[in-house]
Amino acid sequence: MTAILKIRDLEKTYDGGFQALKGVTLDIEEGEILALLGPNGAGKTTLISTVCGITVPTGGSATVSGHDVQRDYRKARAEIGLVPQEINLEPFSIVENNLHLSRGLFGKRRDPATVERVLKQLSLWDKRKNRVHELSGGMKRRVLIAKALVHEPRVLFLDEPTAGVDVALRKDMWETVAQLKADGVTIILTTHYIEEAEAMADRVAVIRKGEILMVEPTSELMRRLGRKELRIDLREPLSEVPQALSEYELELAEDGLALTYSYDTQADRTGIAGLMRALSDNGIILKDIQTRQSSLEDIFVDLVSEEEESA
Amino acid sequence: MNTAAIKAIYLNEMSRFFRTIGQSFISPVISTSLYFVVFGAAIGSRIQEVEGVPYGAFIVPGLIMLSVIMQSISNASFGIYFPKFIGTVFEVLSAPVNFMEITLGYVGAAATKSLFIGLVILGTASLFVDLTIEHPFAMVAFLILTCLSFALMGFIVGIWAKNFEQLQLVPLLIVTPLVFLGGSFYSVTMLPPFWQTVTHFNPVLYLISGFRWAFFGVADVPVGISLGAIAIFFLVCLTTVWWIFRTGWRIRD
Ligand SMILES: Nc1ncnc2c1ncn2[C@@H]1O[C@H](COP(=O)(O)OP(=O)(O)OP(=O)(O)O)[C@@H](O)[C@H]1O
Ligand SMILES: [Mg+2]
Repeated sequence: MTAILKIRDLEKTYDGGFQALKGVTLDIEEGEILALLGPNGAGKTTLISTVCGITVPTGGSATVSGHDVQRDYRKARAEIGLVPQEINLEPFSIVENNLHLSRGLFGKRRDPATVERVLKQLSLWDKRKNRVHELSGGMKRRVLIAKALVHEPRVLFLDEPTAGVDVALRKDMWETVAQLKADGVTIILTTHYIEEAEAMADRVAVIRKGEILMVEPTSELMRRLGRKELRIDLREPLSEVPQALSEYELELAEDGLALTYSYDTQADRTGIAGLMRALSDNGIILKDIQTRQSSLEDIFVDLVSEEEESA
Repeated sequence: MNTAAIKAIYLNEMSRFFRTIGQSFISPVISTSLYFVVFGAAIGSRIQEVEGVPYGAFIVPGLIMLSVIMQSISNASFGIYFPKFIGTVFEVLSAPVNFMEITLGYVGAAATKSLFIGLVILGTASLFVDLTIEHPFAMVAFLILTCLSFALMGFIVGIWAKNFEQLQLVPLLIVTPLVFLGGSFYSVTMLPPFWQTVTHFNPVLYLISGFRWAFFGVADVPVGISLGAIAIFFLVCLTTVWWIFRTGWRIRD
């Protein structure tokens, strides 16, 4: 695989002296979906803006398909589609004119067929003659995506594509993204919805206070940091966890009817077999058991709080 | 050169103009008519001629310049301030375009609009007074240069402005006095000597004088100086815009 986007030691200090990016280095492979995950103010939007030419970096570099985003900005930007976090659209403009404008800005000739294809892809065809202010919030966001796609970019930045979008539409959005990936578009998206990163991304980059904390394949991250919980429902309530089971650090539910055991999926021995034996040795009768994998959200919260403790 | 981008920006700007073409047409017609009622009829009945030109005709070039200058500035400053204000400017900033292309698109559209208004005023004025234009090509050249230069200045004002008040400030505080004191409605020779000297520091004087020369062949200052003045003004504005985009001043964080 080859990196289509190479970010090297990218720094951004805003005019007020605030350093929003502290030397970000990141490679994005052609055709992958990378999720940028981070709390408010982590620097996600700044990172995207700096690559796209909206803000000027104060250090480091970035290249798209080998073109430096500053020196060779024409070639670099021609490859990029950007869907901003804010809904920035002219309220009185007509939907399809918006798409013609975007194509023109990127130096492409007027092409009603492409505009039609993109509008249909984003279920906006019926609204093509409407003015932007007549659309719902979710539709406006799709107009932004359509504008970013209509000049046929190879790299697409989606800055919180599903903020303020309802559950059904969010699923639609995921499908759209999956389809774009199938078309060969490289996608970098930011999100606060961890399930979104989990559902869509091939890799996840965690960013906080202008620094990348880690970049991992989504599955790897889940495996490496993922702990599983085993929940054991009991037939008879317990008033306390028997002394003999103390080595398993079980948690007893308030009603005494369930025990929770956490274990590391990566460990050589999970300890489950031993626990089962110990339970029956102690005369505890099981009613049901279930396991639960911790979500990226849990992982993320862990990661950030660990950082905070060590800081 | 990304000509598709210039065209796209230009047409997008013009579409707003065409949406309200009725207003754009009607308001200069009304205001010009009013000027003729007030200046032409009321004052013109006392002042018969200025430098051999009937007063009604004499004020036409100044009237056109006044509107064209104000319109160029407000069109161009609003044209770039508006996308900054609502955030749509991100698209222009992230597109593969250079400063020349952006400027040509926005300033070209603003200049076109004010040129249109200048011509509407000329047409309306010719209903009130007899007009013969002695140097039609020079007249058109002056008009276009003025539209472009002041649209460029408006473009700078729009980038500089951080709020709507600032957007109004420059036209109101600087341009209106300069235009009124630039001999729009009188000949400089009608002023006392001291004010004549002061007036010669007003760049707009050279514009109006040159423009009036194109109409009637009479001028307050030699026409070559008029042309030189507007060319210098144009270059100063263009250099400022170039500097703005090179440094990202007030447009790129
Ligand atoms: N134009 C600016 N001038 C000064 N500081 C800025 C500017 N834009 C952003 N910042 C600061 O930079 C930091 C990173 O902001 P950024 O918008 O990149 O965060 P983010 O990760 O996108 O957050 P969110 O999830 O809320 O969108 C914040 O502390 C913010 O206040
Ligand atoms: Mg953001």
